[in-house]
Amino acid sequence: MGGTTELTDVTRDEASLRRFLHGLPGVDAVGIEQRSAGLATRSIKKASKLWAIDTAISMVDLTTLEGADTPGKVRTLCAKARQPEPGIPPVAAVCVYPDMVATAKAALGGAPVNIASVATAFPSGRSSMKVKLTDTEFAIEAGATEVDMVIDRGAFLSGRYGQVFDEIRTIKAACGDVHLKVILETGELATYDNVRRASWLALLAGGDFIKTSTGKVSPAATLPVTNLMLQAVRDWHEVTGEHRGVKPAGGIRTTKDAIRHLVAVHEVAGEAWLTPDLFRFGASSLLNDLLMQRRTQLDGHYSGPDYVSVD
Amino acid sequence: MTWEYAPAPESRAIANLKPSYRMFVDGEFVEGAGEPLKSVNPATEEVLAEVSTAGAGDVDRAVKAARRAHDKTWGRMPGTERAKYIFRIARMVAERARELAVLESLDNGKPIKESRDTDVPTAAAHFFYHAGWADKLDYAGLGPDPKPLGVAGQVIPWNFPLMMAAWKIAPALACGNTVVLKPAETTPLSALVLAEIIQQAELPPGVVNIVPGAGDVGAELVNHPGVNKVAFTGSTEVGKVIQSALAGTGKKLTLELGGKAANIVFDDAPLDQAVEGIVNGIFFNQGHVCCAGSRLLLQESIAEEFLAKLHARVSTLRVGDPLDKNTDVGAINSRDQLTKIQDLVASGEQEGAERWSSPCPLPDKGFFFAPTVFAGVTQSMRIAREEIFGPVLSVLTFRTPDEALAKANNTPYGLSAGVWTEKGSRILWMADRLRAGVVWANTFNRFDPTAPFGGYQESGFGREGGRAGLEAYLDV
Repeated sequence: MGGTTELTDVTRDEASLRRFLHGLPGVDAVGIEQRSAGLATRSIKKASKLWAIDTAISMVDLTTLEGADTPGKVRTLCAKARQPEPGIPPVAAVCVYPDMVATAKAALGGAPVNIASVATAFPSGRSSMKVKLTDTEFAIEAGATEVDMVIDRGAFLSGRYGQVFDEIRTIKAACGDVHLKVILETGELATYDNVRRASWLALLAGGDFIKTSTGKVSPAATLPVTNLMLQAVRDWHEVTGEHRGVKPAGGIRTTKDAIRHLVAVHEVAGEAWLTPDLFRFGASSLLNDLLMQRRTQLDGHYSGPDYVSVD
Repeated sequence: MTWEYAPAPESRAIANLKPSYRMFVDGEFVEGAGEPLKSVNPATEEVLAEVSTAGAGDVDRAVKAARRAHDKTWGRMPGTERAKYIFRIARMVAERARELAVLESLDNGKPIKESRDTDVPTAAAHFFYHAGWADKLDYAGLGPDPKPLGVAGQVIPWNFPLMMAAWKIAPALACGNTVVLKPAETTPLSALVLAEIIQQAELPPGVVNIVPGAGDVGAELVNHPGVNKVAFTGSTEVGKVIQSALAGTGKKLTLELGGKAANIVFDDAPLDQAVEGIVNGIFFNQGHVCCAGSRLLLQESIAEEFLAKLHARVSTLRVGDPLDKNTDVGAINSRDQLTKIQDLVASGEQEGAERWSSPCPLPDKGFFFAPTVFAGVTQSMRIAREEIFGPVLSVLTFRTPDEALAKANNTPYGLSAGVWTEKGSRILWMADRLRAGVVWANTFNRFDPTAPFGGYQESGFGREGGRAGLEAYLDV
């Protein structure tokens, strides 16, 4: 790999794209899991822990993606996002379905919290391109500042990389300045080799972030998968000089888990990625655990779930 | 933004360090007649404890105690009974894992995460595994009702003090032998705590004897006429002396000596994991590993890219306080060893290899050496031929599989090798042709009591672990 020009050639046609993706180094499953387990043994204490907790809070995309979502639920979520607790700065974003974006926008009222909307026939991605595009435009018109699209896993798994690439490109064009996160749904891609290829495909197509999961498929975010995606953005930076982001989503519920991910960010991608501009957690219950652990750090004792708001 | 990890030291108090330790002979802790030695913490250069050493008559007393124990109790005891004792040792090692890990890190300088996650669990695993064999020796494929050899004289090195003691003692006991073991001069403490465990496990007196001391004690032990079997892990130099001394004595011998292992990375390797494997291969335990992957053979077509990744990764290794849970590379075991590493590194620079050392900060005191990678190494250089036994990697390149093989095998050693490729057929092709006792594929430095370990040529002979390892302790 030798710079951006070469990467332009890569996306010239389907055959070049395929050759490039299949030419990426393989991923040894035992090795990457061993490395991730090793990173998970880092012992983060005292000031470094408090810093990690505060950083993690600032990286949360506070999420509700339920059929049962109501304006009331979304307003509660937005209030929590603006001020997780008195004196604590807001989280990075709220993440909702497109029809809830307008509600979220009104509820946030100009607070420095991004509005992320899932789109492109989330979570399965099974619809026509026309519907996916309309879905995206609807979210943006309603005020979304970030779009979390899903890729067509069927197309990817059947080797139609060009189609996946074009879809991401089209959505990216529709997004304009709106930040695009590309959900790979790694649980359905199944192999680490696929995750690496899909990561590069999304980066080549212009995704600002690569995101692990919808949260609707198990397994969702795992440490080895996040690790692998962090390698992809690190390598992308090596080649192009550009910084792209990573968002693990789904399954990260505890502070301990969040800190393990931050250690991976720190040691795999590098310090430059320790910012909400380049790393996010897609989560709902994680925030309260972070708040509880933050309090434990400050007070010296654990207070319990009754002391954080259940939203 | 910078994120400094706060110090996360394991408490030194957990080691239950005592001011003095004594040798263990015939079931008792006794003063040795030798000049006591001082065991030093290589990370701080402070004296940890005074240890009595074997002097005139002590080795003889230990061998005779072992002989009595063999003839009267242990050698005649049914395997089912021996197994109970060995299981008990295994459980007690596991129960005292944290204490042993901290003690090992203090005495040896290795990072606590390694003593905690590798040394102590592997030591316990060897006792568990061999306890299982004690009543099943008929099924080891070595003939019906195989008999023990008698008294085993065992000499172990300082790089994995407790683990090596377990590798030596567990199979010997399982097969019905009794043991006189000499731990290394710089790291005698954990073996003496193991002796405490053996005492608490109520093994009959004399079944295991631990005699600390320097090389002279080891020499006396292996040359003692009452010893039937000698097992030595250490340098090739000493191994050769032992082998010639034992020639014609009828003593059975196994040697596990030095190495200069090649870790071979092909262009179709899983590169990120290969980088991890290379790092683990040479910087694990500060490179104080006889099977360390100290020569990296890189396919030329990926050499530049791979080296860049390797430097980036090595730069993230945290070097420092062995007791800090976030330390990746600890202290060099002794000043002598540090000097030896520095000499060989200087020779590499003189001979024209390109030195790169991690910019990591090093502690002000103690014996530390920054992880170092030499590029542009050729086969004729000392750093490609001699065992450095430190955190120093020599990188060579190759063009074809045949060339990789020829270079990998071009060493008098032959303990281990690593092959990194996504192509299964190439792994098998290489493994068939590599002259090494262990060939790891897409991994490195993985140990398991069920897997035999040992070398070719000047890396020694005999196997430890697995069914093959039993043969060294049975009269077959």
